[in-house]
Amino acid sequence: MTLTLGHYLTLGAMLFAIAVVGIFLNRKNLIVLLMAIELMLLAVNMNFVAFSSYLGDMHGQVFVFFILTVAAAESAIGLAILVLLFRNKTSINAEDLNTLKG
Amino acid sequence: MDAKTGFFYLFSVVLLFAAFRVITARNPVHAVLNLILAFSQAAGIWLLLKAEFLGITLVLVYLGAVMVLFLFVVMMLDIRIDTVRQGFWKHFPLAALVGAIIAFEMALVLMGGFRGIDEPKAMTAVVDAAGQAVPYSNTKVLGKLLYTQYLYPVEIAAVILLVAMVAAIALTLRKRKDTKTVEAAMQLRARAQDRVELVKMAVTRKAEPVAAAEAEEKKA
Repeated sequence: MTLTLGHYLTLGAMLFAIAVVGIFLNRKNLIVLLMAIELMLLAVNMNFVAFSSYLGDMHGQVFVFFILTVAAAESAIGLAILVLLFRNKTSINAEDLNTLKG
Repeated sequence: MDAKTGFFYLFSVVLLFAAFRVITARNPVHAVLNLILAFSQAAGIWLLLKAEFLGITLVLVYLGAVMVLFLFVVMMLDIRIDTVRQGFWKHFPLAALVGAIIAFEMALVLMGGFRGIDEPKAMTAVVDAAGQAVPYSNTKVLGKLLYTQYLYPVEIAAVILLVAMVAAIALTLRKRKDTKTVEAAMQLRARAQDRVELVKMAVTRKAEPVAAAEAEEKKA
């Protein structure tokens, strides 16, 4: 039984599903929400790398490079906002964020 | 089953287990540590896919920088875990159902559609000036693409990182109010005409009327 492209894509899909379940479960815990988003991005990157390798096209890996860049920026700003939030509210509960009455 | 397949299943199982622990761990520090494990396994899988540069980048950038940032933040916050965990398992059946449906359907489609592609296609061979095939190097090919065809996107990515850095610092910067430092900008902006005010006054005062002075005396 050899490894096919389907194996890698299925792994990515399962990882993505776990991340979705994580967002469902940790509705209140902002920091784990951020981690679930990181897992989702990892699943997407996995698909990109798998396609790039199996189709012999380097452009997929270039795209992963950019996704990594943006994900790093996103998590840095997200954590900064989290620290700011904790300083003002002394909690990271997403349900305390009701100041905007949205 | 060859070694590559074995490694794939090993990495996959550990990756999925670590991802599951990330979303269910009670202690956020454990969640971050499991996330580190998950990313390292993903790097291993990318190495199996012959994406060496990205695998090493994932370890260096993600495990070395981003995850450590996560760890710092988690350790510095004093999280009251009980309020956050309240009703954690309430929606678990629904969440598990949704997750299982997503995974099952995607696996069905992907395994059905992409089973045929079972051999990684060789990257196009690079030929040097003498007409000899250069041994394939992932990093070299990626670098060549990044700095020729994708030069402007790379510049934009650099600007995005700069903006993220400035934004993160500006968001969390806190000024102390009790320090007595001099503000250089204010000093530089000082001008002589703001400091010294010339007031023109009469040399002698006009004498007050006599009647008014007498009235004052009577009152006293």
